[in-house]
Amino acid sequence: MKTWQRKDLLGIQELSVDEINFLLDSAQAFKQVGERTVKKVPSLRGKTVINLFIEPSTRTRTSFELAAKRLSADVINITASSSSLVKGETLKDTALNLQALNADIIVIRHSAAGAPHFLGRLLKASVINAGDGAHEHPTQALLDAFTIREKKGRIAGLKVTILGDILYSRVARSNVWLLTKLGAEVTLAGPSTLVPRVLERLGCRVVHDIDEAIRDADVINLLRIQHERQRKTMFPSTGEYTAMFGLNKERFARMKPDSFIMHPGPINRGVEIDSDLADGDRSVILQQVTNGLAVRMAVLFLCSGGQLTES
Amino acid sequence: MSTTLLMDAAAINRALTRMAHEIVERNPDNANLALVGIRTHGVPLAQRLAGLIGGILKQFITTGELDIAMHRDDLAIRGTPVVGISTINFDVTGKTIVLVDDVLFTGRTIRAALDEITDFGRPQCIQLAVLVDRGHRELPIRPDFVGKNLPTALTERVSVRLTEVDPQDEVVIAR
Repeated sequence: MKTWQRKDLLGIQELSVDEINFLLDSAQAFKQVGERTVKKVPSLRGKTVINLFIEPSTRTRTSFELAAKRLSADVINITASSSSLVKGETLKDTALNLQALNADIIVIRHSAAGAPHFLGRLLKASVINAGDGAHEHPTQALLDAFTIREKKGRIAGLKVTILGDILYSRVARSNVWLLTKLGAEVTLAGPSTLVPRVLERLGCRVVHDIDEAIRDADVINLLRIQHERQRKTMFPSTGEYTAMFGLNKERFARMKPDSFIMHPGPINRGVEIDSDLADGDRSVILQQVTNGLAVRMAVLFLCSGGQLTES
Repeated sequence: MSTTLLMDAAAINRALTRMAHEIVERNPDNANLALVGIRTHGVPLAQRLAGLIGGILKQFITTGELDIAMHRDDLAIRGTPVVGISTINFDVTGKTIVLVDDVLFTGRTIRAALDEITDFGRPQCIQLAVLVDRGHRELPIRPDFVGKNLPTALTERVSVRLTEVDPQDEVVIAR
């Protein structure tokens, strides 16, 4: 029987196709829990989940918190500003203290790539990567894949364009790994300063012309311009970015009629996407949020049982 | 390991027909009757029973499917189960629900199913129908309708096979 053996979910890169599909299938079952009268199952009753968010986040943290609560786990949120990290405590000591409190699962977001992997090796508790620097954001890629599969019925053979700030984007990296593993053709697009040719090594196409990038795409995944990671020299102004690479109505009209728009949020209305398009019926931005909860429930559930093999 | 045939297709059919009549007799006000099968083998049994009851009453009997993986209490002992989807496309509130499973053993599956079905609403009452009751209960749970009572040793394995998912209809015991 196919099953999940991992203690941690650290990234997409190391997952097999079978593991990804098993996770997506499990998420399907958890999605349906959210549609019941009682939106809660007892799977993780008595377990403690700690959200250790060293880097700011609202939606991912809320989604993980709600996912844990819907599985009946107890949840504690720790943010950088409210933790002893500001007093100079190391990540290692913070994590060992959390483990000494018998935490079962630690969900970590950190600005340093590899921080979750470090904790995964250090701790007996399960570690889930909720975003590490510009490296990976596995649950975002899984929920994006889940949404594509739900809308299109498959992933293999689809043309997916990821447009925007790719260089700094862990979402893009996790998405490229996941989608190419499942057989999609991925195009990365944006200004050459944000989408360097070297990204072709990930096994995808790199394009610097938006019309070419979206012309035959089945799915377009727009990434937010990350002002907080941006250096001034990457492009002259947001106005110029919008003119050159923003998804507006004229460009949208040239896309395939059965294509749809994704965005991991938070969206910058009027910058990377036209406001009406974001609210339109070919935008699945809010369905991604709903699916994110189901995917995170599946991840928490599988990782907490994953230390043991099926008898 | 030797296996013995306990019920063949005809015996299974006879047992289900008798159970269908018992369910009808027990529920004279049958307008709110619904059958819910527990995955995997409870699902085809619930559909067969619904067909038989529908034939007796000349009315359509609603059915549903329950996957209890998320409600198990042995996650830490057995490791990660494969979670499936529960399909209850009707409002369970006020209904008389007959839970259907193939083999009743420790009762833990039924305990999980009772918890799960009440997540969908508040049924008027819940009854339990099983094709085989093999004993060894670990919880205070008893069936309302039984196809065959079968005293077993703990080491024995009872398998119900149904043509919907297996090559043929049969109940076998391996010892």
